[in-house]
Amino acid sequence: MFIKTINKRTLKDSLKHGGCGECQTSCQSACKTSCGVANQPCENPNR
Amino acid sequence: MLHQFELFDSYFSLDANSGNLYMTDKSGAQAIKLYENNSKEECIRLLLDSNDCQTSKDDIEQFLHQLQELKDEGKLYSPDILPYIKKPNKKDKPLKALCLNVAHSCNLCCNYCFAAAGSFTDEQPLMPLSVGKAAIDFLIESSKGRYNLDVDFFGGEPLLNIDVVKAIVEYARSLEKTHKKHFRFTFTTNGVLLNDDIIEYLNNNMDNVVLSLDGRKEVHDYFRKTPNGKGSYDIVVPKFQKFAKIRGDKEYYIRATFTRHNLDFFSDILHMLSLGFNELSMEPVVTSPDSPEAIRETDLPQIFKQYELLAKEMIERHKNGKPFGFYHYNISLDNGPCLYKLLSGCGTGCEYMAVTPRGELYPCHRFVGDERFLLGNVFEGITNTVMVKEFAENCLLSHKECKQCWAKYFCAGGCAANNFEASGCISGIYTIGCEMFKKRIECALAVKALCAD
Repeated sequence: MFIKTINKRTLKDSLKHGGCGECQTSCQSACKTSCGVANQPCENPNR
Repeated sequence: MLHQFELFDSYFSLDANSGNLYMTDKSGAQAIKLYENNSKEECIRLLLDSNDCQTSKDDIEQFLHQLQELKDEGKLYSPDILPYIKKPNKKDKPLKALCLNVAHSCNLCCNYCFAAAGSFTDEQPLMPLSVGKAAIDFLIESSKGRYNLDVDFFGGEPLLNIDVVKAIVEYARSLEKTHKKHFRFTFTTNGVLLNDDIIEYLNNNMDNVVLSLDGRKEVHDYFRKTPNGKGSYDIVVPKFQKFAKIRGDKEYYIRATFTRHNLDFFSDILHMLSLGFNELSMEPVVTSPDSPEAIRETDLPQIFKQYELLAKEMIERHKNGKPFGFYHYNISLDNGPCLYKLLSGCGTGCEYMAVTPRGELYPCHRFVGDERFLLGNVFEGITNTVMVKEFAENCLLSHKECKQCWAKYFCAGGCAANNFEASGCISGIYTIGCEMFKKRIECALAVKALCAD
């Protein structure tokens, strides 16, 4: 029986430095038709 | 909310409310499921009774202790904080990106094109520089509090108006220092007019370049035809290869569309890889549900299989030291979007707008031409403030169907245009799109976990 933790950050953690709005808008990159936001990295310089 | 799935003989448990992902063996996944709603003692009893469990009581106790620690840290069985977050309004979401439709004209006639299949009827098909400059001015004025501004050159085919594109880029750059802004440019092209000079220009001036190629020659040529009815594959592929070689590590995507005509689209991905491209995107067609090419619910099992084959290929090539990127699998778990962004979604109609060659403003490139969604123009600004408010308030909290969905913090409610087309309102959902999205996220999470060091 084993468990491997893949990521450390919780969504709640992201509230601490979130909301700066410096990230890309979702459709600016490659999809143009089926947007999600999962692949938009955080770009807050003060994070 | 716990979401568990099995892929490639591995077991994954996603704590959807915290965004934490765990990879386990089968009995580990079983224990995680049981410990959600049972006491420690009950879990131990149930696991020891299970035929699959080869683990000793001590090991199970130790495992459950680990789960309890994760729970105490808010990383497992965590409560949903969405109901406690304030709904965004226009003030929180100033404009920060424009899609400039610099040419409502095209040199291809792709049957499936959501932008009018190359048959725009605008009296003024090319954006004049005066409109482009006014759009940049409008973006700067409207983007209070934002440093990074995104401008996307789109169409039609933007290379039909490349001189104006160059002048707009020069104009925007000239204003950066004074206004303390940073512009990032994206250029989407069908590639027909690419030449050495343009390749050099795009490489030097565009932060991202999106090249449209559907995969195998017969698939690409089936839809992407020149006005004389011939396929465009042989015209564009050598140019795209030249561009990709010069581009090196800088961002670009080969963007494909799949339809019912190529539900075996993994073969198209393999073909694109064989051509030397390593940053790929493969998007489901956007078309009327009545179209013979539209994706149907009955197609989903085959589409899911393709997504799995793609994920498996990515994992194998990663292990062999020949990785490639797939747009929808490039998710970032530790540096992904914040909860505010996840709540707001793509920003259409407030943070992001599209501009026609005449300067009209629409919520995004998908709504262009639908007069019901006309927001104003770049000279006078926003005139339809009611519509902008509606878009600003449209967020994850607006979609009642999303509340119980495990994928909501990856999707943020989905594409407003898709939702509108499928349900008649931007706060509805596009069910087939949801199913494809969820499958892509499962595959993306598996790729992330199995490629992690």
